[in-house]
Amino acid sequence: MAKILVLAERAGDGVKNVTLEILGKVTGHEVEVVMFHSPSDEAKKSLAEYGAGKIHLIKGGGLEQYSPEGYTNALSDFIKGGNYDYFFSGATSAGKDMVPRLAAVFDAGMASEVTNFIFDGDNFSGTRPMFAGKCLAKVELSGSKPHFITVRPNALGLPEQTTAGKGEFVEGSVNSGDIRAVIKEIIKGASEKLDLTEANIIVSGGRAMKDRANFNILEELADTVGATVGASRAAVDSGYADHSMQVGQTGKTVSPTLYIACGISGAIQHLAGMRTSKVIVAINTDADAPIFTKADYGIVGDLFKIVPILNEELKKIL
Amino acid sequence: MNIFVCVKQVPDTETKVIPTGDKSYIETSSIKWIMNPYDEYAVEQALLVKAANSDSTITIVRVGAVKSTEAVRTAMAMGADESILVQCDQPLDSYMTAKAIKGAIEKSGKTPDLIFTGKQAIDDDCLQVPGLLAHMLGIPSVSVVTVFEMNGDTLTLKKDSEGGSKEVYEVKAPVLIACNKGLNTPRYASLPGIMKAKKKPLTTLTLADVGVDENDRKVKYSDFQLPPEKPPGKKFDAMDEGEQASVVGNVVGLLRNEAKVI
Repeated sequence: MAKILVLAERAGDGVKNVTLEILGKVTGHEVEVVMFHSPSDEAKKSLAEYGAGKIHLIKGGGLEQYSPEGYTNALSDFIKGGNYDYFFSGATSAGKDMVPRLAAVFDAGMASEVTNFIFDGDNFSGTRPMFAGKCLAKVELSGSKPHFITVRPNALGLPEQTTAGKGEFVEGSVNSGDIRAVIKEIIKGASEKLDLTEANIIVSGGRAMKDRANFNILEELADTVGATVGASRAAVDSGYADHSMQVGQTGKTVSPTLYIACGISGAIQHLAGMRTSKVIVAINTDADAPIFTKADYGIVGDLFKIVPILNEELKKIL
Repeated sequence: MNIFVCVKQVPDTETKVIPTGDKSYIETSSIKWIMNPYDEYAVEQALLVKAANSDSTITIVRVGAVKSTEAVRTAMAMGADESILVQCDQPLDSYMTAKAIKGAIEKSGKTPDLIFTGKQAIDDDCLQVPGLLAHMLGIPSVSVVTVFEMNGDTLTLKKDSEGGSKEVYEVKAPVLIACNKGLNTPRYASLPGIMKAKKKPLTTLTLADVGVDENDRKVKYSDFQLPPEKPPGKKFDAMDEGEQASVVGNVVGLLRNEAKVI
């Protein structure tokens, strides 16, 4: 049985879905959770339900707010005495930023953004996309423990059955060390929606959107189904959308439950970034567009006609 | 000011990836190699800093198994002053790469004030080297940077965070900055630039020169394979206006009852 520490990130009153996905997958091992923010009763309850034996809240100077150095120093201070075999985090904005630094502190191996993994006894073996998902590879870690792993949100899915842990709550102080790169301000994005990489549904627009203002019809559809709006590289390079919305090899790699591609032809670098979506709907006037080869449901038609009808139909049932 | 830019050579984004017969990596014989797209923003930002601080030198560092010198030549043609190329026979993991870059920087005899990298390499997509390297060098780092301002030795950097929000960092040099698309508009190498680049210093080092060997390998990749193909989907023609409502209604029904995703 491996001893595993999972970083739980806060989301509203609860914890991020990816934290629960990881917990659901490592069941059967000795599992503890570490957090930087005081968990609500609801968060404690779900962490325990998904298998956390202990829930550690760590406190220290400068930890009220994320910083790569502060979080790294604090976690390394905490991990040092713990005899952990593995440290898991979601491949979230903070996870991707901080875990490499943390792995460097321990001179340890790290597997980035795995989409699946198994334990053979106590040995981790993961699967991860390479070349933005154009191929998959098996990833194994060696060298001194703990080993570090980030997991792509939405890839594992939540388990159908959970094995509860004790969920014992423990508070402790850690040394957050010297923080040189400090966040002075956080500028909120235009929307409060989930990040593309964590979104359950994505509505994406391509070059055929023709104009930045036309993304409004995608926003309306997104509001109806609770989606985040994305864009192809062609749309971003044409100035119709911000780069933070770009899906593909030079943007974000996503795996939502439902991906609705509107006016996207399906360049290889876009397909690489969204092909692991569970269900893909494509709307395009060109019946031969490559996007249709990846689509579960293709609609050959004008997105400016189809999307508003789709929005109305969905409103009827949601 | 000593500015270092780390670049990687990666397959062009249009590349169709094919695993090798033994699944140990991908076929590389017919690949067109380019500078990692995010590294272009790193090179450009270094050039912009140098334009404002004329006593600066820009050193490009590349570690890689591919022998062609496309990426470093491009960077020097854009305007970088010199390059260090650490050659190896096998693809390295992120830890080895970061350690090799650290070794190359130390070999140069220059103490870095600024290090620029791309936010990630688009081949292995690990996003590890910036954080690993910064920690190995004992300097702070800010990743996914889209806005760069420098006032004396104080930098204000905006990092793309979740859901389109931005974190505004303040930090003093030396610092490592991992650059994202949107930071600037990389220049094209001019013809005179390309000619000049041929005469710029290019130092070649081995892994042994920078103190890296196979014992440093911590990540093993194997079993490269194409992702499973989906069975063909259903396609409906809705070019005719009269068909649109029924096609869309049908697809919504399928999403609810067949795919069960809404």
